[in-house]
Amino acid sequence: MTAVSEQVPSAGGAPTRRRQRRSRSPEAQDRRFGYGLVAPVMIVLVAITAYPLFYNVWNSFHHDYKLDPVSYGTFAGISNYQKIFQSSPLLPPPFVSTLVHTIGFTVVSVAVELVIGLALALVLDKKFPGRGLVRVSIFVPWAVPTVVSAQLWKTFFDPQQGFVNYMLSELHLPLAHTTWLSEQWTAWAAILAADAWRNTPFIAIVLLAGLQVIPREIYEASTVDGASAWQSFWRLTIPLLKPALMVALIFRTLQAFLIFDVVYVMTGGGPGNSTSVLSYLNFNAFINSGDYGYGGAVSVALVIMALAIAAIYVRVFRTDYEVTQ
Amino acid sequence: MSTQTAAARLPQVLSRRSWRPGKIASRTLFYVLVAIFILVSLFPFYWMVITSLKSANELSNGTTGLFLHHPTFSAYTSIFSKYNFAQPLINSAIVCLSVTVLSVFIGALAGYGLARTRMRFKTGILGFILIVSFFPLIAIVGPMLIAYNKLHLLNTLQGLIIAYFIYTLPIATWLLTNFFSQIPAALEEAAIVDGATRLQALRKVIVPVALPGVFTATILSFILAWNDFLFALSFIQTDNKATAPLAIVNIGHSQYHVFYNLIDAAVVIVTIPVALLVIFAQRRIISGLTAGALK
Repeated sequence: MTAVSEQVPSAGGAPTRRRQRRSRSPEAQDRRFGYGLVAPVMIVLVAITAYPLFYNVWNSFHHDYKLDPVSYGTFAGISNYQKIFQSSPLLPPPFVSTLVHTIGFTVVSVAVELVIGLALALVLDKKFPGRGLVRVSIFVPWAVPTVVSAQLWKTFFDPQQGFVNYMLSELHLPLAHTTWLSEQWTAWAAILAADAWRNTPFIAIVLLAGLQVIPREIYEASTVDGASAWQSFWRLTIPLLKPALMVALIFRTLQAFLIFDVVYVMTGGGPGNSTSVLSYLNFNAFINSGDYGYGGAVSVALVIMALAIAAIYVRVFRTDYEVTQ
Repeated sequence: MSTQTAAARLPQVLSRRSWRPGKIASRTLFYVLVAIFILVSLFPFYWMVITSLKSANELSNGTTGLFLHHPTFSAYTSIFSKYNFAQPLINSAIVCLSVTVLSVFIGALAGYGLARTRMRFKTGILGFILIVSFFPLIAIVGPMLIAYNKLHLLNTLQGLIIAYFIYTLPIATWLLTNFFSQIPAALEEAAIVDGATRLQALRKVIVPVALPGVFTATILSFILAWNDFLFALSFIQTDNKATAPLAIVNIGHSQYHVFYNLIDAAVVIVTIPVALLVIFAQRRIISGLTAGALK
């Protein structure tokens, strides 16, 4: 009996007392048991991420373009990466201008959604009758699949049948006859509206959870000390909210940077290429052009940029994060 | 009164203040803000439901309006009869349920291993799983297309299930690791003292206690899988294999003029299951999103 129970050390428990041959020790058995349990997840995740990543790296150094059978499969050097920075008639949406669109959209959408999401979270953090109901109704848009919300908002921005122009004309506001999706800036506004409607609730919910773990006594103490609401917001709420802010920002920034569904459905990157984004460019390189060399190079660039964004956030927020933990 | 400390009097002072005119104004402002938030959040749902209940005639007359005069279910019947929308719904259900069940199962095994054994590289493995959830999805599309073409997985639901693991496995594993590490070790040791093997202890003692965590992981995995569009668009080529979101976009993009009552009817149908989940399991979803995220 005791021998059996000794084989099951508690998590992070004391080191084993008797160490026989290493491989047979309870500790080693326990470890092997752990590897066995983790193996399926690791095999699946490596198969669907690491394998495509290395395949993309390989492709990006080769000519892998169906329509160019002469050079197909030969070593390409860094020519696929050079293509990224060239603007030629062969590559209608040039990478660099698309990168600028993508960064611009990411900064604007994350900023807008963060401000609204924070306001929502602060409102929901107050106690008032019907709060539970309000919280549910504000969270519901997150239940709509991103692409479905995009399709929905495309109909809302329809010049004749959509509610946007209908409401604008009923209220005698300007822009009531805008053809939203056929001009660059109004198209971006429509994309932003669809994206913000669906994703702001996520930010609000994460920030609300962060607000609710801040002890109320801190605010009472600061009120007694004569701090204004504005002061206690900037000096107390924001610093204490940093872990939640980091989580909301890191997820939303990466989702915005990699936006695909909304652009594909609402504008198809148009008019022209004025609303094209990196994921859409990469999709076209694979699916429409069938150029897996150039597409691979773009994919590799995207992976590097996405991981860099994540790393920057973790670094910027790290010190505070550890303190509040 | 004199024995009361300043701190004890504070609530009274605050509540007395709350009836000042300034407070009433700010309270009104507060409720106006709440009303605006609810309106922006829910009005699109209202519009989509009334549009789905309008007839094609009503829409082609250009009569848009805030109210519904002649509600009809014709859009709902024709989305099933003309566009065979039942098939994509079934496909989505098959793919999302399969990937959810598989992910929660192997995610639970891994979560238990990470929380309860003295295996090495735990931080590295958890870090890798986190990085996977930041991985650009488009970056796996190209190589997967080539691989699927060779393995005859293009245009199959199995192919989608494999790709969907990238949505579901990271969050399922993270959540379940968290849950398992919160369960007291003594519980499991007691079962093993009573003669259970380690796997039996996991199945009969730990899993029932971790059931709320399993439930949360299941709901979130399902919602994230249901949200997919990119993989369906890339790997599915025929309408009979389309998922529901892909079918909606295909209807919207079709060559012929499509009335919005059809699209909105399909959107209502696709949104209902997840909206119900969000409404009734809201607390679990939120705790899952934030626990998965904040740890």
